[in-house]
Amino acid sequence: MSTLHTVNKSPFATQALLSCLNHAKAGDAVLMIEDGVYGGLSGTGMSEIVTEFGKAVTLYILAPDAAARGIGTNRLIDGVEGVDYTGFVELVAKHDRTQSWL
Amino acid sequence: MAYEVNGQTVECDEEGYITNLSEWSKELGEIIAKAEDLEMDDDRWEVVNFLRSYYEEYQIAPAVRVLIKAAKKSMGPEKGNNKYMYELFPYGPAKQACKIAGLPKPTGCV
Amino acid sequence: MAKTKKFLYVNRKAPYGTIYALESLEVVLIGAAFEQDVALAFVDDGVFQLAKGQNTDGIGVKNFSPTFRALGDYDVQKLFVERESLEERGLSEADLIEVVYEDEDDDWAEKSAIHVVGRAEIADIMADADVVLSF
Repeated sequence: MSTLHTVNKSPFATQALLSCLNHAKAGDAVLMIEDGVYGGLSGTGMSEIVTEFGKAVTLYILAPDAAARGIGTNRLIDGVEGVDYTGFVELVAKHDRTQSWL
Repeated sequence: MAYEVNGQTVECDEEGYITNLSEWSKELGEIIAKAEDLEMDDDRWEVVNFLRSYYEEYQIAPAVRVLIKAAKKSMGPEKGNNKYMYELFPYGPAKQACKIAGLPKPTGCV
Repeated sequence: MAKTKKFLYVNRKAPYGTIYALESLEVVLIGAAFEQDVALAFVDDGVFQLAKGQNTDGIGVKNFSPTFRALGDYDVQKLFVERESLEERGLSEADLIEVVYEDEDDDWAEKSAIHVVGRAEIADIMADADVVLSF
């Protein structure tokens, strides 16, 4: 049993990503979408903590949202995987439930 | 509301600005101009083309004073002035020319 | 003519996730017609608005970052970006788009409108404004 978590808020604006990561179980997936994609940026004040949690959960980023915000794949934290809309749907289908962190 | 171009319908708002910018063509520009009681000539096309390239670069239809200032820079002072622009587009160069150019109503038009 | 007031637009939100950033820019462009002393401040996630390389083709939303470059034409010549906000987000001035204006008092020399300044200076700019509009 595993959960897909989606986070759509910037980690610099709200605690949504932090709270999500604190509640996620090992083996879960965390998909950062909309303003949530800033959580995937390397070299930020949040990168270290996101990297640390990334050892237990799989981190994804919605690529069109990242591109819209000028975040190139070279700027992502190691291990954060980009997915397109089809990939998003596949993640939803693969997990037992989807939980949104708004 | 809509314009008819070669049997094709192009939607516009109640003021005559087309809804979908990608549906614009030179032919449509001529038709919109006719609806504004204007005949397109080289001088009017120069302004319309200038507006289209401004939009292309900045994603914005400039306000009239910005249009005139920018036109002065690229077309020279004899064209980049109020008198010249209002002679070409009596109901306002930014509003009328933007409509013909298939752009949204200028931002900063108050 | 009435005395010119100092208007400061404070931008604290990332683009696209909410409508604040675009609304702010539209108000700036409309307000520019009133020929006041206008400055923009970018703090917190607002600094993301100026990030280079934005491409919104994949999300069906208009990319309005090129419009910031038109601000010089609208006589908006001061964009203050908070250094601490950039650093917390792993960004530097090199990651920002270029916004220039032509300086009337200096033979129309082209100058950068973007000024990266510290938090204390942003606080002074806020305290110095006659009108603060928050987005």
